[in-house]
Amino acid sequence: MESNHQWPTWEVFTQKKQGAPHEHAGSVHAPDGEIALLNARDVYSRRQEGVNIWVVPSDAIIASSPEDAGAFFDPANDKMYRSPNFFKTADGLKQI
Amino acid sequence: MMTDLNKALIDFCLRIADNSLIHAQRISEWTGHGPILEEDIAMSNVALDLIGQSRGFYTYAAQIEGDGKTEDFYAFRRGEREFRNKLMVEQPDNKDFGFTMMKLFLNGCFDYLMFRDLMKSTDETISGLAAKSIKEVTYHVRHAGDWVVRLGDGTEESHQRIQNSLNELWPYTNELFEQDSVDTLLISNGIAFDKEKFRDEWTKMVHEIFAKATLSVPENNTYSPTGGLKGIHSEHLGYLLAEMQYLPRTYPDAVW
Repeated sequence: MESNHQWPTWEVFTQKKQGAPHEHAGSVHAPDGEIALLNARDVYSRRQEGVNIWVVPSDAIIASSPEDAGAFFDPANDKMYRSPNFFKTADGLKQI
Repeated sequence: MMTDLNKALIDFCLRIADNSLIHAQRISEWTGHGPILEEDIAMSNVALDLIGQSRGFYTYAAQIEGDGKTEDFYAFRRGEREFRNKLMVEQPDNKDFGFTMMKLFLNGCFDYLMFRDLMKSTDETISGLAAKSIKEVTYHVRHAGDWVVRLGDGTEESHQRIQNSLNELWPYTNELFEQDSVDTLLISNGIAFDKEKFRDEWTKMVHEIFAKATLSVPENNTYSPTGGLKGIHSEHLGYLLAEMQYLPRTYPDAVW
């Protein structure tokens, strides 16, 4: 059987619990969105990893390129004041 | 001395458990051979769901029967005449993915309606097992139904092949609804329910998907393989059991 043509890929985002952000889990092959959703469920949530799944066609993702890294991210590294590091927080508070 | 009701309850559990186990064994033949990685994992998941269902019902049967019976005894130490699965699930898939999906769909729609009723069983173990199983079966029906539609409404070749699968499996669907004195006794005690009552609903359910899949439903003909309730099977079950039971039969002292 000839199988040199692949189905398109879909990026999978799973949500660990209600209210939490969807995080990238990986990708799946599927001929359409519904099958992509089912495949994502079977591949990425079979051990109760999530409560909700998004699938997005991989080619719908616009990514920054490695060459952009300098211009995109370096200007942030000397601006400590953008992080909430200088607030006094209550004892026992684990994360902000 | 065991009551007639308990005897019937054991038979009833074994019928459900055997059907799920043999179906699972067939589907698990795909493990490592699926058409794509994702579907390979999906089918293994489905097989594991079905094994889980059979374990639940075997364990309950063992508990009622006592006498040192275990779920492993039912699965691995009985011969083909003692298995009570329907003939449909033991049919070999011959590496035809569409055939596997069609079988999962036809049997899944039946299981869905059966478990939906059994959730109202007066027997709490049965209603609990049904409530757990119905979530799994709901997914099986959706997954298999989606594929039936896509293959039916796909290419000329996929349409023809899934239509052939339907033609081949359709005669086996009559047996799904067969009942006998075991069912009658349990129905009168509110433990089980009359399967004939959801037959129209089942027909509607499968016809809906076949319409979407542009498949034509075969006419009900007189050929209707049967025998599962009495342990009379097609020639395929013996080979399946030989493979499935090889290890515990050859090494009776083996432990998990």
